[in-house]
Amino acid sequence: MPSSLLLRCALALLSLAASSPALARDMRAGGKMLLTGGVSSVEGAAGGGLATWSLIAGNETKDGIGAKAHVTYLALPDFDLTTGGVAIGIKDRVELSYARQRFDTRAAGAALGLGRGFTFAQDIYGLKLRVIGDAVYDQDKLLPQISIGVQHKRANRGAVIRAIGGRHTAGTDFYVAATKVLLSRSLVLDATLRVTKANQLGLLGFGGDRRDAYRPQFEGSAGVLLARNLLVGAEFRTRPSNLGFAREQHGADLFAAWSLSKNVAVTAAYADLGDIATVQDQRGLFLSLQGSL
Amino acid sequence: MISLFLAALLAPQATLQEDPVEPYVQRDANAGAKPFAGHAMLDAFHGRAGIDRVVDDLVARNVADPRISDIFKAQDLVRLRRTLKEQFCYILGGGCAYTGRDMASSHKDLGLQVADFNALVDNLQKAMNAEKVSYWAQNRLLAKLAPMKRTTVVR
Repeated sequence: MPSSLLLRCALALLSLAASSPALARDMRAGGKMLLTGGVSSVEGAAGGGLATWSLIAGNETKDGIGAKAHVTYLALPDFDLTTGGVAIGIKDRVELSYARQRFDTRAAGAALGLGRGFTFAQDIYGLKLRVIGDAVYDQDKLLPQISIGVQHKRANRGAVIRAIGGRHTAGTDFYVAATKVLLSRSLVLDATLRVTKANQLGLLGFGGDRRDAYRPQFEGSAGVLLARNLLVGAEFRTRPSNLGFAREQHGADLFAAWSLSKNVAVTAAYADLGDIATVQDQRGLFLSLQGSL
Repeated sequence: MISLFLAALLAPQATLQEDPVEPYVQRDANAGAKPFAGHAMLDAFHGRAGIDRVVDDLVARNVADPRISDIFKAQDLVRLRRTLKEQFCYILGGGCAYTGRDMASSHKDLGLQVADFNALVDNLQKAMNAEKVSYWAQNRLLAKLAPMKRTTVVR
């Protein structure tokens, strides 16, 4: 079970931290600068809205452990996507995350032959490791903060996924994320390369009748800091199109992330996810509430 | 006669106010950042007078801040204010000489953690807001100061 694997990883890291008296003595909570833990992406990792960033979730510095919880609601013309999740940041180095996505087909479910209000869901278990660089402090270097990560996703509608040509109900994404705050220009930039087989983030399974191979995909964000607690910007994300019955398109959004306090942040976005399962032009409002320690 | 009297009155005070420090080589490079070219940044901080207000406010906020006030208890605040004003003035292109120690040696015994550094940045942002320095100019200065985390945070 991936959840117990993640738990074991977390416990091992925690015991490593606790077993060193020098480290334990200096442990302290909080202390990260506003927004430098990112906000919560739709897959539960610290990021923007659509893109996963290299920043580590939570308010902790390298001397502590932090956490973040989020709920996100994306209202599209014919579907709703609701996500809730938690992330733990360990020493601003390792991030463990869990998110559950619920995709409600509402009336479109009947048109697609699934039944009105038919709902797809998936669990996403994430692990992110910061490898090199510092997005915030290395202002005299071009090197961004680079993290590598995995997201293991388990979708719940195996029968439907197989019926529409999907090959697997579980899949694992691997990514490299590079994030940089350019303070002298008040910019926040991210570029992330993800290899994935996921159809509609994984809600419609992994791989398909058109293609069942890992493909590199790009996701990125560019934002400008308008105030110390307000970031506005745009995101773009490419996605594979593995299923023969419906093409999958790229996603994009315009977002504003507002930090109300060091513990509470809100992200609002206008997102365009293109056609979903033959239903065209799915654009709508994205609203996310996050609490962090 | 009067000026001599005043000089005699003021001189001992000036020397009394700052504690003696171990000798070191004075040079602008000790400021830990290269200065901005041109006058835009100095103007954004409202000149030398504005820089002085920001530094005085910053030191006052740090001393009153429960997160980091302990760090400042044993410090020579008179010298700190003077060298910080010189450092900001030098970096912001105000043409001052920086006569303080370098960042590594002036912070080596403080045992600073990242959270302390960030608390000071937080206070500096508040002080710059109080001086109505534009957010863009604030970030340009912070971009010069941020790499100092590497030399000042030792824990």
